[in-house]
Amino acid sequence: MCLGLPMRIVELTSEGAGIAEMDGLRQEVDLSLIEDPAPGVFVIVHAGFAIERLDTAEAEARIRLFEDLAASTPEAPPPA
Amino acid sequence: MTRYTDAFRERGAAQALRARLADDAARLDGDFRAMEVCGSHTMAIARYGLRELLPPRLRLVSGPGCPVCVTDPGYLDAAIALGRQGAILATFGDLLHAPASAGDLAGARAEGVDVEVCTTPLAALELARRYPDREVVFLAIGFETTVAPVVSLVPRARAAGLRNLSLLTAFKTIPPALEALVAEPDVPLDGLLCPAHVSAVIGADAYRPFAERHGRPCVIAGFEPLDILLGLHGLLAQRLRGEARVENQYDRVVRPGGNPRALALMHTLLEPEDAHWRGLGTIPGSGLRLRAAYADTDAARRHGIEVRPGRPRPGCRCGDVLKGRIEPADCPLFGRGCSPDRPVGPCMVSAEGSCAAAFRFGLLEPGANRR
Ligand code: SF4
Repeated sequence: MCLGLPMRIVELTSEGAGIAEMDGLRQEVDLSLIEDPAPGVFVIVHAGFAIERLDTAEAEARIRLFEDLAASTPEAPPPA
Repeated sequence: MTRYTDAFRERGAAQALRARLADDAARLDGDFRAMEVCGSHTMAIARYGLRELLPPRLRLVSGPGCPVCVTDPGYLDAAIALGRQGAILATFGDLLHAPASAGDLAGARAEGVDVEVCTTPLAALELARRYPDREVVFLAIGFETTVAPVVSLVPRARAAGLRNLSLLTAFKTIPPALEALVAEPDVPLDGLLCPAHVSAVIGADAYRPFAERHGRPCVIAGFEPLDILLGLHGLLAQRLRGEARVENQYDRVVRPGGNPRALALMHTLLEPEDAHWRGLGTIPGSGLRLRAAYADTDAARRHGIEVRPGRPRPGCRCGDVLKGRIEPADCPLFGRGCSPDRPVGPCMVSAEGSCAAAFRFGLLEPGANRR
Protein backbone atom coordinates (compact mmCIF):
# COMPACT_ATOMS: atom_id res chain seq x y z
CA MET A 1 0.00 0.00 0.00
CA CYS A 2 3.02 2.25 0.08
CA LEU A 3 3.84 2.16 -3.61
CA GLY A 4 4.44 5.47 -5.28
CA LEU A 5 5.08 6.28 -8.91
CA PRO A 6 7.62 8.79 -10.16
CA MET A 7 5.69 11.34 -12.24
CA ARG A 8 6.52 14.70 -13.80
CA ILE A 9 4.38 17.73 -13.05
CA VAL A 10 3.15 19.14 -16.35
CA GLU A 11 0.75 21.80 -15.19
CA LEU A 12 -0.43 23.59 -12.06
CA THR A 13 -4.20 23.81 -12.03
CA SER A 14 -4.99 25.51 -8.74
CA GLU A 15 -3.36 26.27 -5.40
CA GLY A 16 -1.76 22.98 -4.33
CA ALA A 17 -2.97 20.86 -7.24
CA GLY A 18 -1.87 20.01 -10.74
CA ILE A 19 -1.54 17.46 -13.48
CA ALA A 20 1.31 14.95 -13.49
CA GLU A 21 2.37 12.60 -16.22
CA MET A 22 4.21 9.33 -16.58
CA ASP A 23 4.53 7.22 -19.70
CA GLY A 24 1.63 9.00 -21.38
CA LEU A 25 -0.58 8.58 -18.34
CA ARG A 26 -1.84 11.92 -17.02
CA GLN A 27 -3.59 12.35 -13.73
CA GLU A 28 -4.66 14.99 -11.29
CA VAL A 29 -2.29 15.16 -8.37
CA ASP A 30 -2.52 16.96 -5.07
CA LEU A 31 0.64 19.00 -4.57
CA SER A 32 -0.05 20.47 -1.14
CA LEU A 33 2.51 18.29 0.64
CA ILE A 34 5.57 19.36 -1.35
CA GLU A 35 7.54 22.58 -1.49
CA ASP A 36 7.50 24.75 -4.61
CA PRO A 37 5.73 22.51 -7.09
CA ALA A 38 6.27 23.61 -10.69
CA PRO A 39 5.99 22.15 -14.16
CA GLY A 40 8.97 19.89 -14.88
CA VAL A 41 9.47 18.86 -11.25
CA PHE A 42 9.45 15.09 -10.65
CA VAL A 43 7.46 13.82 -7.69
CA ILE A 44 6.50 10.51 -6.12
CA VAL A 45 2.74 10.05 -6.34
CA HIS A 46 0.91 7.95 -3.77
CA ALA A 47 -2.88 7.79 -3.42
CA GLY A 48 -3.27 10.85 -5.63
CA PHE A 49 -0.81 12.93 -3.61
CA ALA A 50 2.74 13.97 -4.38
CA ILE A 51 4.42 12.85 -1.17
CA GLU A 52 7.97 13.98 -1.99
CA ARG A 53 10.06 15.47 -4.75
CA LEU A 54 12.29 13.17 -6.77
CA ASP A 55 15.77 14.60 -7.04
CA THR A 56 16.74 13.88 -10.64
CA ALA A 57 20.42 14.65 -10.06
CA GLU A 58 20.57 11.95 -7.39
CA ALA A 59 18.59 9.58 -9.59
CA GLU A 60 20.96 10.13 -12.52
CA ALA A 61 24.00 9.58 -10.30
CA ARG A 62 22.54 6.29 -9.16
CA ILE A 63 21.73 5.24 -12.72
CA ARG A 64 25.36 5.97 -13.72
CA LEU A 65 26.53 3.81 -10.84
CA PHE A 66 24.39 0.94 -12.10
CA GLU A 67 25.68 1.44 -15.65
CA ASP A 68 29.26 1.30 -14.38
CA LEU A 69 28.47 -1.83 -12.40
CA ALA A 70 26.97 -3.49 -15.45
CA ALA A 71 30.00 -2.53 -17.55
CA SER A 72 32.35 -3.96 -14.93
CA THR A 73 30.97 -7.49 -15.36
CA PRO A 74 30.47 -8.02 -19.09
CA GLU A 75 30.50 -11.81 -18.94
CA ALA A 76 27.86 -12.18 -16.23
CA PRO A 77 26.04 -15.47 -16.62
CA PRO A 78 22.28 -15.41 -17.16
CA PRO A 79 20.15 -16.09 -14.08
CA ALA A 80 19.84 -19.73 -13.07
CA MET B 1 8.97 8.97 -19.25
CA THR B 2 9.76 5.82 -17.37
CA ARG B 3 13.49 6.35 -16.97
CA TYR B 4 13.13 6.58 -13.21
CA THR B 5 11.69 3.10 -13.01
CA ASP B 6 13.16 1.23 -16.02
CA ALA B 7 16.76 2.22 -15.36
CA PHE B 8 16.43 0.55 -11.96
CA ARG B 9 15.46 -2.78 -13.47
CA GLU B 10 18.45 -3.45 -15.75
CA ARG B 11 19.63 -7.03 -15.95
CA GLY B 12 23.34 -6.28 -16.39
CA ALA B 13 23.61 -4.34 -13.15
CA ALA B 14 21.54 -6.99 -11.39
CA GLN B 15 24.07 -9.62 -12.44
CA ALA B 16 26.94 -7.45 -11.25
CA LEU B 17 25.24 -7.00 -7.89
CA ARG B 18 24.57 -10.70 -7.70
CA ALA B 19 28.32 -11.31 -8.00
CA ARG B 20 29.06 -8.71 -5.32
CA LEU B 21 26.57 -10.22 -2.94
CA ALA B 22 28.15 -13.64 -3.46
CA ASP B 23 31.58 -12.13 -2.65
CA ASP B 24 30.17 -10.41 0.44
CA ALA B 25 28.50 -13.60 1.63
CA ALA B 26 31.67 -15.65 1.21
CA ARG B 27 33.32 -13.38 3.78
CA LEU B 28 30.52 -13.68 6.36
CA ASP B 29 31.08 -15.96 9.30
CA GLY B 30 27.46 -17.16 9.34
CA ASP B 31 24.06 -16.50 7.87
CA PHE B 32 22.74 -12.95 7.56
CA ARG B 33 19.00 -12.50 7.84
CA ALA B 34 17.83 -9.25 6.33
CA MET B 35 14.30 -8.22 7.15
CA GLU B 36 12.44 -6.26 4.53
CA VAL B 37 10.00 -4.39 6.69
CA CYS B 38 7.76 -3.18 3.95
CA GLY B 39 5.20 -5.11 1.92
CA SER B 40 6.07 -3.20 -1.23
CA HIS B 41 9.60 -4.63 -0.91
CA THR B 42 8.15 -8.09 -0.33
CA MET B 43 6.09 -7.80 -3.48
CA ALA B 44 9.02 -6.54 -5.60
CA ILE B 45 11.30 -9.29 -4.28
CA ALA B 46 8.73 -11.91 -5.31
CA ARG B 47 7.84 -10.30 -8.63
CA TYR B 48 11.43 -9.94 -9.84
CA GLY B 49 12.57 -13.26 -8.42
CA LEU B 50 15.31 -11.58 -6.41
CA ARG B 51 15.68 -14.47 -3.97
CA GLU B 52 17.14 -16.55 -6.78
CA LEU B 53 19.96 -14.06 -7.18
CA LEU B 54 21.05 -14.24 -3.56
CA PRO B 55 23.79 -16.39 -2.07
CA PRO B 56 22.51 -19.05 0.36
CA ARG B 57 23.91 -17.29 3.42
CA LEU B 58 21.88 -14.16 2.75
CA ARG B 59 18.30 -14.83 3.77
CA LEU B 60 15.40 -12.47 3.26
CA VAL B 61 12.75 -12.35 5.92
CA SER B 62 9.47 -10.50 5.42
CA GLY B 63 8.36 -8.20 8.19
CA PRO B 64 5.03 -6.72 9.24
CA GLY B 65 4.95 -3.88 6.73
CA CYS B 66 1.67 -4.47 4.96
CA PRO B 67 -1.04 -2.20 6.37
CA VAL B 68 -3.86 -4.50 5.33
CA CYS B 69 -2.13 -7.51 6.91
CA VAL B 70 -1.79 -5.86 10.29
CA THR B 71 -5.30 -4.42 10.37
CA ASP B 72 -7.15 -6.18 13.14
CA PRO B 73 -10.37 -8.01 12.32
CA GLY B 74 -12.03 -5.99 15.09
CA TYR B 75 -11.41 -2.81 13.12
CA LEU B 76 -13.23 -4.27 10.13
CA ASP B 77 -16.04 -5.47 12.43
CA ALA B 78 -16.46 -1.87 13.61
CA ALA B 79 -16.43 -0.54 10.06
CA ILE B 80 -19.05 -3.03 8.91
CA ALA B 81 -21.19 -2.20 11.95
CA LEU B 82 -21.10 1.51 11.00
CA GLY B 83 -22.05 0.56 7.45
CA ARG B 84 -25.00 -1.46 8.72
CA GLN B 85 -26.13 1.61 10.67
CA GLY B 86 -26.33 3.45 7.37
CA ALA B 87 -22.95 5.09 6.89
CA ILE B 88 -21.29 5.10 3.48
CA LEU B 89 -17.91 3.41 3.90
CA ALA B 90 -15.16 4.91 1.76
CA THR B 91 -12.09 2.71 1.54
CA PHE B 92 -8.94 1.86 -0.36
CA GLY B 93 -9.64 -1.22 -2.46
CA ASP B 94 -6.99 -3.27 -0.66
CA LEU B 95 -9.23 -3.63 2.38
CA LEU B 96 -12.25 -5.11 0.58
CA HIS B 97 -11.33 -8.74 1.08
CA ALA B 98 -9.44 -8.49 4.36
CA PRO B 99 -11.10 -10.88 6.82
CA ALA B 100 -13.23 -9.40 9.60
CA SER B 101 -14.18 -11.66 12.52
CA ALA B 102 -16.90 -12.93 10.20
CA GLY B 103 -17.06 -12.02 6.53
CA ASP B 104 -15.42 -9.00 4.96
CA LEU B 105 -16.27 -5.60 3.44
CA ALA B 106 -16.97 -7.14 0.03
CA GLY B 107 -19.49 -9.49 1.63
CA ALA B 108 -21.08 -6.64 3.55
CA ARG B 109 -21.39 -4.71 0.29
CA ALA B 110 -23.13 -7.69 -1.33
CA GLU B 111 -25.60 -7.55 1.57
CA GLY B 112 -26.39 -3.91 0.91
CA VAL B 113 -23.83 -1.91 2.90
CA ASP B 114 -22.59 1.07 0.86
CA VAL B 115 -18.88 0.51 0.31
CA GLU B 116 -17.17 2.93 -2.06
CA VAL B 117 -13.65 2.16 -3.27
CA CYS B 118 -11.40 5.22 -3.50
CA THR B 119 -8.03 5.47 -5.22
CA THR B 120 -7.42 8.76 -3.44
CA PRO B 121 -8.83 9.88 -0.09
CA LEU B 122 -10.03 13.06 -1.80
CA ALA B 123 -12.81 10.99 -3.35
CA ALA B 124 -14.40 10.88 0.11
CA LEU B 125 -14.94 14.66 -0.04
CA GLU B 126 -16.91 14.17 -3.23
CA LEU B 127 -19.04 11.49 -1.56
CA ALA B 128 -19.73 13.74 1.41
CA ARG B 129 -20.77 16.51 -0.95
CA ARG B 130 -22.97 14.27 -3.06
CA TYR B 131 -24.77 12.70 -0.09
CA PRO B 132 -25.21 15.55 2.41
CA ASP B 133 -27.82 13.58 4.38
CA ARG B 134 -25.64 10.53 4.86
CA GLU B 135 -22.65 9.92 7.11
CA VAL B 136 -19.50 9.15 5.13
CA VAL B 137 -16.80 7.22 7.00
CA PHE B 138 -13.33 6.95 5.50
CA LEU B 139 -11.48 3.80 6.54
CA ALA B 140 -8.26 5.49 7.54
CA ILE B 141 -5.61 2.78 7.61
CA GLY B 142 -2.03 2.95 6.47
CA PHE B 143 1.53 3.65 7.49
CA GLU B 144 3.22 7.04 7.52
CA THR B 145 3.20 7.14 3.71
CA THR B 146 -0.57 7.36 3.61
CA VAL B 147 -1.35 9.26 6.80
CA ALA B 148 -0.93 12.85 5.64
CA PRO B 149 -2.98 12.41 2.44
CA VAL B 150 -5.77 10.84 4.48
CA VAL B 151 -5.84 13.26 7.41
CA SER B 152 -5.77 16.18 5.02
CA LEU B 153 -9.46 15.32 4.67
CA VAL B 154 -10.12 16.85 8.07
CA PRO B 155 -9.18 20.47 7.33
CA ARG B 156 -10.53 20.15 3.80
CA ALA B 157 -13.93 18.98 5.01
CA ARG B 158 -13.99 21.83 7.54
CA ALA B 159 -13.06 24.40 4.93
CA ALA B 160 -15.77 23.08 2.61
CA GLY B 161 -18.37 23.06 5.39
CA LEU B 162 -18.85 19.30 5.09
CA ARG B 163 -19.95 18.03 8.49
CA ASN B 164 -20.88 14.48 7.49
CA LEU B 165 -17.39 13.10 6.88
CA SER B 166 -15.37 11.29 9.54
CA LEU B 167 -12.36 8.98 9.73
CA LEU B 168 -12.26 5.55 11.36
CA THR B 169 -8.57 5.60 12.16
CA ALA B 170 -6.22 2.65 12.48
CA PHE B 171 -3.02 4.33 11.30
CA LYS B 172 0.20 2.61 12.26
CA THR B 173 3.76 3.83 12.55
CA ILE B 174 6.85 1.82 11.72
CA PRO B 175 9.55 2.79 14.26
CA PRO B 176 7.62 1.56 17.34
CA ALA B 177 6.84 -1.68 15.50
CA LEU B 178 10.54 -2.23 14.85
CA GLU B 179 11.22 -1.80 18.56
CA ALA B 180 8.52 -4.33 19.37
CA LEU B 181 9.90 -6.78 16.83
CA VAL B 182 13.46 -6.84 18.15
CA ALA B 183 12.11 -7.33 21.65
CA GLU B 184 10.41 -10.57 20.54
CA PRO B 185 12.23 -13.87 20.95
CA ASP B 186 13.32 -15.77 17.81
CA VAL B 187 12.73 -12.97 15.35
CA PRO B 188 15.37 -13.33 12.66
CA LEU B 189 16.67 -9.84 12.10
CA ASP B 190 20.36 -9.17 11.52
CA GLY B 191 19.74 -6.06 9.46
CA LEU B 192 16.88 -3.94 8.21
CA LEU B 193 15.98 -3.06 4.66
CA CYS B 194 14.01 0.07 5.58
CA PRO B 195 10.93 1.06 3.59
CA ALA B 196 11.12 3.56 0.76
CA HIS B 197 8.07 5.77 1.09
CA VAL B 198 7.49 5.55 4.82
CA SER B 199 11.03 6.89 5.00
CA ALA B 200 10.21 9.64 2.51
CA VAL B 201 7.78 10.96 5.13
CA ILE B 202 9.59 10.26 8.42
CA GLY B 203 13.15 10.78 7.13
CA ALA B 204 16.31 8.71 7.28
CA ASP B 205 17.21 9.99 10.74
CA ALA B 206 14.15 8.28 12.20
CA TYR B 207 15.99 4.93 12.20
CA ARG B 208 19.12 6.17 13.93
CA PRO B 209 18.00 5.32 17.47
CA PHE B 210 17.13 1.82 16.28
CA ALA B 211 20.47 1.20 14.57
CA GLU B 212 22.42 2.58 17.52
CA ARG B 213 20.43 0.90 20.27
CA HIS B 214 20.22 -2.53 18.71
CA GLY B 215 23.43 -2.70 16.71
CA ARG B 216 21.59 -3.67 13.53
CA PRO B 217 22.60 -2.19 10.17
CA CYS B 218 19.79 -0.27 8.44
CA VAL B 219 19.62 0.58 4.74
CA ILE B 220 16.83 2.62 3.19
CA ALA B 221 16.17 1.30 -0.32
CA GLY B 222 13.76 2.12 -3.12
CA PHE B 223 11.25 -0.42 -4.39
CA GLU B 224 12.95 -1.21 -7.71
CA PRO B 225 14.95 -4.43 -8.04
CA LEU B 226 18.36 -2.75 -8.36
CA ASP B 227 17.57 -0.59 -5.34
CA ILE B 228 16.86 -3.72 -3.33
CA LEU B 229 19.97 -5.60 -4.46
CA LEU B 230 22.20 -2.62 -3.78
CA GLY B 231 20.49 -2.18 -0.43
CA LEU B 232 21.33 -5.76 0.52
CA HIS B 233 24.93 -5.19 -0.56
CA GLY B 234 24.95 -2.16 1.73
CA LEU B 235 23.70 -4.26 4.66
CA LEU B 236 26.36 -6.92 4.14
CA ALA B 237 29.07 -4.30 3.71
CA GLN B 238 28.11 -2.78 7.07
CA ARG B 239 28.15 -6.19 8.71
CA LEU B 240 31.57 -7.02 7.26
CA ARG B 241 32.93 -3.73 8.58
CA GLY B 242 31.31 -4.30 11.95
CA GLU B 243 29.10 -1.22 11.60
CA ALA B 244 25.48 -0.58 12.47
CA ARG B 245 24.29 2.71 11.06
CA VAL B 246 21.61 4.13 8.81
CA GLU B 247 22.54 4.30 5.15
CA ASN B 248 20.15 6.13 2.86
CA GLN B 249 20.35 4.61 -0.59
CA TYR B 250 17.06 6.15 -1.70
CA ASP B 251 18.37 9.67 -1.44
CA ARG B 252 16.67 10.58 -4.69
CA VAL B 253 13.51 10.74 -2.60
CA VAL B 254 14.32 10.39 1.10
CA ARG B 255 15.80 13.36 3.01
CA PRO B 256 17.35 13.14 6.48
CA GLY B 257 14.42 14.87 8.18
CA GLY B 258 11.61 13.57 5.99
CA ASN B 259 8.82 15.64 4.49
CA PRO B 260 8.27 18.64 6.80
CA ARG B 261 4.85 19.52 5.38
CA ALA B 262 3.48 16.01 5.81
CA LEU B 263 4.97 15.73 9.31
CA ALA B 264 3.56 19.09 10.37
CA LEU B 265 0.07 18.18 9.18
CA MET B 266 0.25 14.86 11.01
CA HIS B 267 1.48 16.52 14.19
CA THR B 268 -1.24 19.18 14.13
CA LEU B 269 -4.08 16.71 13.73
CA LEU B 270 -2.89 13.50 15.35
CA GLU B 271 -1.40 12.17 18.55
CA PRO B 272 0.20 8.80 19.28
CA GLU B 273 -1.84 6.01 20.81
CA ASP B 274 -1.29 2.34 21.55
CA ALA B 275 -2.36 0.30 18.56
CA HIS B 276 -3.38 -3.28 18.08
CA TRP B 277 -1.55 -5.01 15.23
CA ARG B 278 -3.01 -8.16 13.87
CA GLY B 279 -0.59 -10.94 14.69
CA LEU B 280 1.70 -8.75 16.75
CA GLY B 281 -0.64 -7.58 19.49
CA THR B 282 -0.71 -4.18 21.13
CA ILE B 283 2.37 -2.05 20.50
CA PRO B 284 2.72 1.05 22.69
CA GLY B 285 2.66 4.34 20.83
CA SER B 286 2.43 2.70 17.41
CA GLY B 287 -0.88 4.22 16.35
CA LEU B 288 -2.13 7.71 15.61
CA ARG B 289 -5.51 9.09 16.52
CA LEU B 290 -7.16 12.43 15.95
CA ARG B 291 -6.56 14.95 18.69
CA ALA B 292 -9.51 15.90 20.91
CA ALA B 293 -10.01 19.15 18.99
CA TYR B 294 -10.99 17.06 15.97
CA ALA B 295 -13.17 14.52 17.80
CA ASP B 296 -16.16 15.39 15.61
CA THR B 297 -14.29 13.94 12.63
CA ASP B 298 -13.23 10.81 14.52
CA ALA B 299 -15.78 8.18 13.47
CA ALA B 300 -15.39 6.13 16.65
CA ARG B 301 -16.01 9.08 18.98
CA ARG B 302 -18.62 10.65 16.75
CA HIS B 303 -20.68 7.48 16.57
CA GLY B 304 -19.91 6.30 20.10
CA ILE B 305 -18.35 2.99 19.15
CA GLU B 306 -15.34 1.21 20.53
CA VAL B 307 -12.97 -0.73 18.31
CA ARG B 308 -11.98 -3.93 20.09
CA PRO B 309 -9.56 -6.65 18.95
CA GLY B 310 -11.48 -9.15 16.84
CA ARG B 311 -11.17 -12.87 16.28
CA PRO B 312 -8.56 -14.03 13.78
CA ARG B 313 -9.49 -17.12 11.78
CA PRO B 314 -8.45 -20.38 13.46
CA GLY B 315 -5.33 -21.99 12.02
CA CYS B 316 -4.01 -18.84 10.36
CA ARG B 317 -0.33 -18.32 11.19
CA CYS B 318 -0.17 -14.73 9.97
CA GLY B 319 1.31 -13.62 13.28
CA ASP B 320 4.35 -15.86 12.82
CA VAL B 321 4.60 -14.92 9.15
CA LEU B 322 4.56 -11.20 10.01
CA LYS B 323 7.36 -11.69 12.53
CA GLY B 324 9.42 -13.63 10.02
CA ARG B 325 9.33 -16.72 12.24
CA ILE B 326 7.92 -18.96 9.53
CA GLU B 327 7.77 -18.83 5.76
CA PRO B 328 4.26 -18.65 4.27
CA ALA B 329 4.60 -22.18 2.89
CA ASP B 330 5.18 -23.42 6.45
CA CYS B 331 1.59 -22.56 7.33
CA PRO B 332 -0.52 -25.72 7.07
CA LEU B 333 -3.27 -23.76 5.31
CA PHE B 334 -0.99 -22.25 2.62
CA GLY B 335 -2.43 -23.34 -0.73
CA ARG B 336 -4.61 -25.84 1.12
CA GLY B 337 -7.66 -23.88 2.08
CA CYS B 338 -5.98 -20.48 1.91
CA SER B 339 -5.31 -18.85 -1.45
CA PRO B 340 -5.77 -15.35 -2.90
CA ASP B 341 -9.22 -16.35 -4.16
CA ARG B 342 -10.26 -17.68 -0.76
CA PRO B 343 -8.02 -16.02 1.79
CA VAL B 344 -8.13 -17.18 5.38
CA GLY B 345 -5.77 -14.52 6.67
CA PRO B 346 -5.00 -10.99 5.55
CA CYS B 347 -1.45 -11.94 4.52
CA MET B 348 -3.07 -13.77 1.62
CA VAL B 349 -5.32 -10.81 0.72
CA SER B 350 -3.18 -7.83 -0.08
CA ALA B 351 -0.83 -8.23 -3.04
CA GLU B 352 1.81 -7.04 -0.59
CA GLY B 353 1.10 -9.74 1.95
CA SER B 354 3.88 -12.29 2.31
CA CYS B 355 1.53 -15.22 1.72
CA ALA B 356 -0.03 -13.68 -1.39
CA ALA B 357 3.39 -12.76 -2.81
CA ALA B 358 4.69 -16.27 -2.17
CA PHE B 359 1.57 -17.80 -3.67
CA ARG B 360 1.35 -15.66 -6.77
CA PHE B 361 5.01 -15.64 -7.71
CA GLY B 362 6.41 -18.72 -6.08
CA LEU B 363 4.23 -21.73 -5.67
CA LEU B 364 2.02 -21.73 -8.72
CA GLU B 365 4.26 -20.18 -11.32
CA PRO B 366 7.82 -21.16 -10.54
CA GLY B 367 9.05 -19.44 -13.71
CA ALA B 368 7.18 -16.21 -13.18
CA ASN B 369 9.63 -14.88 -10.66
CA ARG B 370 12.60 -15.03 -13.02
CA ARG B 371 13.56 -12.07 -15.13
S1 SF4 C 1 -1.26 -19.03 4.35
FE1 SF4 C 1 -3.26 -18.08 4.82
S2 SF4 C 1 -3.82 -18.96 6.80
FE2 SF4 C 1 -1.62 -19.34 6.52
S3 SF4 C 1 -0.60 -17.59 7.51
FE3 SF4 C 1 -0.86 -17.05 5.35
S4 SF4 C 1 -2.80 -15.93 5.29
FE4 SF4 C 1 -2.77 -17.02 7.26
